[in-house]
Amino acid sequence: MTAMPADELTCKELVELVTAYLDDALPPDERRRFEEHLAACEFCTEYLRQMRLTIGVLGRLPEESISSEALAELQNAFRSFRLPG
Amino acid sequence: MDDSGRHELADIDLVAALQRRDESMFTTVVRRYHGALLRLALAYHPSRAVAEEIVQEAWLAVVQGIDRFERRSSFKTWLFRILVNRARTRAEREGRMVPFSSLVSEAEADDGPAVSVDRFVPADHPEWAQWAGHWMLAPKSWGESPEQALIARETQALIAAAIAALSPGQRQVITLRDVEGWSSGEVCNVLEISETNQRVLLHRARSRVRAVLERHFDVDSR
Repeated sequence: MTAMPADELTCKELVELVTAYLDDALPPDERRRFEEHLAACEFCTEYLRQMRLTIGVLGRLPEESISSEALAELQNAFRSFRLPG
Repeated sequence: MDDSGRHELADIDLVAALQRRDESMFTTVVRRYHGALLRLALAYHPSRAVAEEIVQEAWLAVVQGIDRFERRSSFKTWLFRILVNRARTRAEREGRMVPFSSLVSEAEADDGPAVSVDRFVPADHPEWAQWAGHWMLAPKSWGESPEQALIARETQALIAAAIAALSPGQRQVITLRDVEGWSSGEVCNVLEISETNQRVLLHRARSRVRAVLERHFDVDSR
């Protein structure tokens, strides 16, 4: 037996549930335990913040646009493809 | 790609326009999806030349197949499935991928925890055993507003390298979910995996990228 209530999530367990939590995919009871732990644990709060920041920055990676040669090639293919019948 | 603030073109109009060979619509659609298609192709084939070829092949398949498009899925799902099929076929041909089931077996394989176990108090700790499973080496704050540092070019290169170092399935899922901002339903549809397996792969992928950023911030703060 540990000193913690049997119901309490450990930090080690919490870090594995972050994605399910953010997807709102935890069963209600687990979600409650997740949020109770978070309310009492500044380290897991920081951890969750870092995961959110990570997701945020992933969504801001620069995107490449198509090269003009590749686009011209596709436009040619599109043009040469006739209407049916 | 950020579609907020702009109306998603209704599928029915888009497909109808392509079917009557509206070239400006074709150009719009190619420009809109090219970046995402290339990223996903790169998740399968790290070689840029190969990835670009796969994207071109997928577009040609769209041109050839548009008259037979039956609207059983959205245009976007159809388009990305074509790409995924091309990418898989190519990977199988090159013997780099077990056909079909590889995402499932990857999700089911033990890939280690999100955070290294030695950062938590072990159950047999001589003094702190009652705190077993709690942080021993807790994450340090990334500062009040790390957003600027996170979008620095240097950091973005680091993130790109972290994504490249992931397993193929992790790379595919994180690319669509977080880089492209798709919903889990869309990702499951295109990659043909269950919600659970998708989440497992996404969680590992995110956890690894976070760990890379953590090391980066840790070194910076010294």
